[in-house]
Amino acid sequence: MNKIEIENLTLQYSDGNESLRNVSMGIRENAITVLFGPAGGGKSSLLRCLNRLNDMADVQTAVGRIMLDGENILDPKTDVIALRRKVGMVFARPVVLPLSIRGNLTYGLEVMGESRRSKLDDAVERSLKQAALWDEVKDRLDDQAIALSGGQQQRLCVARSLALEPEVILLDEPTSGLDPISTAKVEASLQELKKDYTIILVPHSVQQAARAADFAAFFLQGELVEYAEGKSIFTTPVNKRTEDYVTGRFG
Amino acid sequence: MKLNRNLSQRLGFGLISLMATLTVIPIIVVVIYIITQGGGAISLQFLSGFPHDGMRQGGIMPAIVGTFYLTLGTAIFSVPLGVAAAIYLAEYAADNWLTRTIRIAIINLSGIPSVVYGLFGLGLFVLFLKFGTSILSASLTLSIMTLPVIISTSEEALRAVPQAFRTVSISLGATRWQTIRRIVLPEALPGIITGVILGLERAAGETAPILFTGAAFFLPRLPNSVFDATMALPYHLFVISTQVPEMPFQIQYGTALVLIAFVLGMNLIATVVRSRARARRQW
Repeated sequence: MNKIEIENLTLQYSDGNESLRNVSMGIRENAITVLFGPAGGGKSSLLRCLNRLNDMADVQTAVGRIMLDGENILDPKTDVIALRRKVGMVFARPVVLPLSIRGNLTYGLEVMGESRRSKLDDAVERSLKQAALWDEVKDRLDDQAIALSGGQQQRLCVARSLALEPEVILLDEPTSGLDPISTAKVEASLQELKKDYTIILVPHSVQQAARAADFAAFFLQGELVEYAEGKSIFTTPVNKRTEDYVTGRFG
Repeated sequence: MKLNRNLSQRLGFGLISLMATLTVIPIIVVVIYIITQGGGAISLQFLSGFPHDGMRQGGIMPAIVGTFYLTLGTAIFSVPLGVAAAIYLAEYAADNWLTRTIRIAIINLSGIPSVVYGLFGLGLFVLFLKFGTSILSASLTLSIMTLPVIISTSEEALRAVPQAFRTVSISLGATRWQTIRRIVLPEALPGIITGVILGLERAAGETAPILFTGAAFFLPRLPNSVFDATMALPYHLFVISTQVPEMPFQIQYGTALVLIAFVLGMNLIATVVRSRARARRQW
């Protein structure tokens, strides 16, 4: 079943750069959908539409609709705070907040007004286990989060999104700064997480796209060129430009 | 050729470090001179007594207390206003003509000579608002003078907090205000405190703004309300240096020493706050 339906989405920034051109695609529940392609293709912009983080940027026009569970999240009346609780995000560079490990995990719940210690503790333990970080940090939850290694920080960021019990998780090149071992850990946890969540991933390489994708969408200069199952798009792409990109002829 | 480049580099660095060293010399000389000339005047009686015999004898306690009151009064008005303005400028203000006008105004405010603030305070607070020559009028005048310093340093401190923290906080469902209060402000606080202290320090040492608005030549008692005038260290120093004949110079330098200790003490606090925060900072 499709969790998200993107319908004729066109996005333009104030500086005149068109970022997305008439994009339509459905995003399946409990699967990893990969958005890939060369830089400037509009992948991150699309990601940032899905939790309305683009509100912070200079967006001039956003036409079309993004239906999440049947509701258009681009509607100005949308409760963006509730939306961002439902749609979590992990960024390219691990950005831990200047708080303790625990503080990072409970931050989202606390700003929603949750103050019960038991609820917060449960969320900390559950989310750390889901992100495969619990064993490494359970004894030092009150340490500053910045003391963690880069790979641990990024898993903490994943856990931080999970603590809010979202339904959709957006990941924007989550492993671009990580070593291969940490990358493998993050990728493995994504495969676990997709059982419960809808995952949309902008990978940092075509190889990662091919490894992770249940479905994959190829973006080129704001245009959705090809969208298919991961198995087929990386082996038998239909479009010539997709083929050129996945075989490494450009990009 | 290679030798030449290295040589000129060494010459250049040498010259620059010489210049840097030279800048420190005046402050050291001033401090040493004042300590040697005025150190002998410092005693418990000097710090805790009223002046008498036309201020040629006795202590400077009312001036110390007065400067403390004025600094406190200035802080009460200028800190909330200044920090709020900085938050608005750094976090909320759109980049439009209004914001640019406010910024230009702030920059220009800091360039106005302090005696002009004094005259303005006389007109607005003392006469028009009928606060009289008082601690209140003087504190308000000093506040206006201090505001630009507090606003621009606080704004800078807020802007130095990485944008990524804000993005992450928003993406976790926080409102912009929660983001500012829980993440941005705590991170910017050491910088803000430093700016506040630097601003107040200037207020504590100024004579001209309080000249017409709140400073008293001599008072036989301490002020007992904000509508009373008060003695103050910088004005007292001005008075005993220029207005009183046959003034023992030791008392003049003793007063200067106390004023400098007051200001440098605040500076020291600012430095400690800053270096502690730097050691703890993660970005």
